[in-house]
Amino acid sequence: MTTVLESSTGPAPISPLLTDLTTVSTRRRVKNTVMTTLMGMSVAVVAVVLFLVLATVASKGWSIVASEFPQWFTKDIQLSPRRPGPGMKAAIVGTLVATATATAIAVPLGIAGAVYLNEYGKTSLFARTLRFLSNVMAGVPSIVMGLFIYVFWVVPRGVDGLNGFSGALALACLMLPIVVRSTEEMLRLVPQNLRDASLALGATTSRTTLTVVIPRAASGIISGSLLAVARAAGETAPLIFTIGAAKRTNWNPFSGTNTSLSLQIYANAKESFPTAQERAWGAALTLIIVAFMFTFVARALSGRFAKNST
Amino acid sequence: MAVTLDDLKGNKQLADRTFRGATLMGGTAIAVILGLISWTIASKSSLAFRTEGLSFFTERRWAPADDVFGALSFIYGTAVTALIAVVLAVPVSLGIALFTTHVAPSWLKRPLVAMTDLVAVVPSVVFGLWGIIFLAPKLVPVFTKLSSWSDGIPILGSIFGKASAGRTFMTAGLILALMIIPIITSISREVILTCPPTDSDGALALGATRWEMITGAVLTHSAGGIVGAVMLGLGRAMGETIAAALVIGSSPAITANLFSSGDSLPSVIAFEWGEATSDTKRSALIAMGLTLFLMTLLVNFIANYVVNRAMKRMRGES
Repeated sequence: MTTVLESSTGPAPISPLLTDLTTVSTRRRVKNTVMTTLMGMSVAVVAVVLFLVLATVASKGWSIVASEFPQWFTKDIQLSPRRPGPGMKAAIVGTLVATATATAIAVPLGIAGAVYLNEYGKTSLFARTLRFLSNVMAGVPSIVMGLFIYVFWVVPRGVDGLNGFSGALALACLMLPIVVRSTEEMLRLVPQNLRDASLALGATTSRTTLTVVIPRAASGIISGSLLAVARAAGETAPLIFTIGAAKRTNWNPFSGTNTSLSLQIYANAKESFPTAQERAWGAALTLIIVAFMFTFVARALSGRFAKNST
Repeated sequence: MAVTLDDLKGNKQLADRTFRGATLMGGTAIAVILGLISWTIASKSSLAFRTEGLSFFTERRWAPADDVFGALSFIYGTAVTALIAVVLAVPVSLGIALFTTHVAPSWLKRPLVAMTDLVAVVPSVVFGLWGIIFLAPKLVPVFTKLSSWSDGIPILGSIFGKASAGRTFMTAGLILALMIIPIITSISREVILTCPPTDSDGALALGATRWEMITGAVLTHSAGGIVGAVMLGLGRAMGETIAAALVIGSSPAITANLFSSGDSLPSVIAFEWGEATSDTKRSALIAMGLTLFLMTLLVNFIANYVVNRAMKRMRGES
């Protein structure tokens, strides 16, 4: 109380007060610097680990892919993991077939679902419930998706049930919530006045959606779908129970067992033979390149979308 | 033939309704698939529950040869590895998120976001491969040193026990931490960005240092969303299969020693599936899948609830 009275009655000495305000105590300053450094270090840790992973895969993978160059992509997989020898074609084809089939199932279904949520359901209780469920479904472990397709689809079909299509179904379950969520985000970014203008011209909601809303959001939708594709291409767990364990190339998703790059990495990583481990690194490099390619295209597209929408 | 306006209207309405129905199908597919997952997995695991009863959850022994199928040690392993992952990943993720939003110069922000996204793109089996062949052998001396240092200290001594191999709970926790860093980072980053600049600028204007501004304004504002992000990371860590299966060691154990080999629900399903020929064993593995499904469902329910509530509150305020 007294200090307040004193300062109000007479001009207080200004200079010591000012220095108090402008200098931060050493303890506070040190704490600030330490915490900022820790933040920087957490970035550095992840950067270093990421670099280590990529560098190991690149160097170890490159040595086998390069030394076996054309055969790596053109020959089937060696029957015995112990023997050296080229060939990862069966797995590359398997990954392509399963991922493409899964995309053909999940992307149209997912886009349709997102259109319903954003253009019809909006904030109704049903739409909100579906939105919540799609978030929940995105968190379902991929191995559970595999078990589900095994029980639901493979078991009733017996030995014939193990094929590329069953694997694709499991991957599609994994992709569906990702596609729904990313597509809905993109649809939400389309300005409402575009819809209003189209409706005012007499177009129905379906026509508006197909000719105005979706084209406007197209590159964003494609980029979200590509991210889902990259994710599916790298997944292993859903395929263990569903796709079988082939070593020969099989282009047909509907009959005969198949394999995938991820499964080959998993199977060979468990072996202790150096030849098997080399094969795993080679498959890992191939898979990473595939996944990065999808992601790169997706990023380029979403960059374009961001430019279009502003 | 002349087409009247009414004809057109009728056709248009039919097309519109068909389209609406088709999109509705896409939306409902999610609910249907989730329902089918619960139903089929529950029905296939009933055989295991009939033979084991509720002791399936409390039995520690996993001895398929004696028809004893206990899930307890796998549940324990799942919980322990996921907890290690979260404990390691949360400070790092928050650090990256805060560095990106509040410390980094603007030209560095995009590359930082791209880097965390890149971690998410690396397939989990590649992390597993790296973990089993590259990381695990290098960790053995680190574990041994840590355990000899902490020897005799009450709690640390038992947590950092004798290291038998490179494939341990801790190794799995480390790899899982790396894999959940992107999701925790990106959600925290978005939540942190919703903090109104008036709050953070106000704190700075009152003379707070950057760190005081972060703890006082930013973190108090975004606490709810960050908790949700952490829960989503926890769910992801519990369900992650292949990476954990490769590095956890695949020998079921319940021990406080984090440097011991163990096993977890998803990894035992993946690992033993090929050898599971009897109906009971398959059913027991599917029952483990059901357990895992329910555990992640619970965590995700809570996480989504927390994130939604936090997001809604923040939008309402700003």
